[in-house]
Amino acid sequence: MTTHTTTPTVQAAPCVGARWQGNSVSAIRRRMVDRVATALCWAATVLVLLMLFSILFVLVRNGVGGLRWVTFVHVTLPPGQAGGLANAIVGSLIQTGLAVLIGAPVGLLVGIYLAEFTATDGKLINFVRFVSDLLLSAPSILVGLFIYMIVVVPSGHFSGLAGALALSMLVVPVVVRTTEDMLRLVPLAMREAAIALGAPRWRMILFVCLRAAREGVATGILLALARVSGETAPLLFTSLGNMNWSVAPGKPMASLPVTIYQYAGAAYADWTALAWTGALLITAGILMINITVRLGLGRNRK
Amino acid sequence: MERSATSPSALTGAAKGNGDAVFAAIVRFSAALILLGLGGMVAVMAWGARGAFARFGPGFVFDKAWNPVTQHFGAAAPMFGTVITALLAILLAVPLAFGIAVWLTEIASARIAGVIGTLIQLLAAVPSIIFGMWGFAVLVPFMAHYVEPLASHTLGRVPGIGTLFRGAPYGTGFLTGGMILAVMITPFICAVMRDVFLSIPAVLKESAYGLGMTRWEVVRRIILPWSRSSVVGGVMLGLGRALGETMAITFVIGNANHIGWSLFSPGNTIASLIALEFPESAVGSLKFSSLMAAGFLLMLISLGTLVCSRLLLRTKAAGR
Repeated sequence: MTTHTTTPTVQAAPCVGARWQGNSVSAIRRRMVDRVATALCWAATVLVLLMLFSILFVLVRNGVGGLRWVTFVHVTLPPGQAGGLANAIVGSLIQTGLAVLIGAPVGLLVGIYLAEFTATDGKLINFVRFVSDLLLSAPSILVGLFIYMIVVVPSGHFSGLAGALALSMLVVPVVVRTTEDMLRLVPLAMREAAIALGAPRWRMILFVCLRAAREGVATGILLALARVSGETAPLLFTSLGNMNWSVAPGKPMASLPVTIYQYAGAAYADWTALAWTGALLITAGILMINITVRLGLGRNRK
Repeated sequence: MERSATSPSALTGAAKGNGDAVFAAIVRFSAALILLGLGGMVAVMAWGARGAFARFGPGFVFDKAWNPVTQHFGAAAPMFGTVITALLAILLAVPLAFGIAVWLTEIASARIAGVIGTLIQLLAAVPSIIFGMWGFAVLVPFMAHYVEPLASHTLGRVPGIGTLFRGAPYGTGFLTGGMILAVMITPFICAVMRDVFLSIPAVLKESAYGLGMTRWEVVRRIILPWSRSSVVGGVMLGLGRALGETMAITFVIGNANHIGWSLFSPGNTIASLIALEFPESAVGSLKFSSLMAAGFLLMLISLGTLVCSRLLLRTKAAGR
């Protein structure tokens, strides 16, 4: 142990002159340390990639059998009755859609605030950005508890709208982040040109800056959509889940993640199979959004 | 007079100035919503927790009991589980993330690093419930059949640290929970590390290589010292994520409200406790209030961690 910690200081000076290709003891030791470290880096990368492939493999192996027509047209039924996931899929689409409709405009406006109002509200802006970053990593189950307390308890019942509200609290910080970053990339010359042509500030921001940044902003909204469509914890106490067909936002609503959660722990083989199919669907959707976004970004940067 | 005649905003007239004021008001209102969101979360948790704190006092934090029958609740066991699993996750994830970040920036060619980097980041996009199912289907049996029996027969006999590795090999427990969390947070920590590693001026590295340093020496003496505070910030960010994680942990933690010193013993975390017990507790009951109190504690722990993380990441960014 002691030799290990002292070697770097000993080597610091001679490493200028020592021929590290040589065969002196110190050169060999340095070469070995370097090789071991390199090998460990390789091992870490390979290990984590293996985890990713293992997850994808298990999902496909267990879930591909359930990709039948029945799964998409039937609603969730008691075990043994050939149920599907139709209500869960539609419920997820409605809730994530509503969440983005509520959260994205707020996120956009806050992003604009952070990027464009620095001259007037500098200190406050730093604080808002800080809080937004905190919200980005806040435990999502607590977001669910919060909406439960302020929406579900006063209204007296669980609802899809409450679920969407909980998800929208997770959409906002993602959209804020990307909107601010993208607006800051818009060149000053464009702003000056708009102002010089007599446009008021709000038109300059909305129709020149935001328009120039629209691809990046859209990317942020897509990433937010991908993030919330897999969220389970915020929905447990807000939209609760629903075994029947329900598209009314005022009533409890099924969603894929919550259905997966309820089915995965069940003792019935057909329920667990459906849980895996749901998991495969949701992961495939999310990964596809992510890959599309990244490919799009890569193309634009070149 | 002269100024206003030449200033662009004066040319646009009163009506447009009004539009600006309205727009600014809307934008500021949205910003206030964000502050209200986080402030509201903390306030609502504290409000919901008042019953439990009034009944048990500050002792709630240190009380190991969680007994719905005798109406006696304490947060020590789930808090212990939360902290232990998150620390285990950090312990496992930091070397992995560091190795990958070094591989991506120093070892692989730019083209391959782009592809592999994207794959690693895809892991961050996988929803946490999927990690839970994978953990339950793959990792738990693997731990129960291979790792835990092997570890308790070898490491479990070593005096001192042996306690950590003894116990029935259920497969679920603190270690499995920590491992799942580690896989989940590695991409986050790795992304932060990779970004700082890439931001190091090439001249520094080139001169070090030019002086005859090996790759590892460059990483150890040039890259690490340069990026230390950002790396710590990234690690704290991962820790914050691990503390608040719910669905992945629920599947593999074993859900037992007790404090055990064996890494294989089943435990519980605050988030997992809330997910499991909240649906069975009536609004206004002592159990409900205790769960809110546990949630409040989780909020404090994770916000504290995230604040540290942001401060560390920000000071470095400002220093450039």
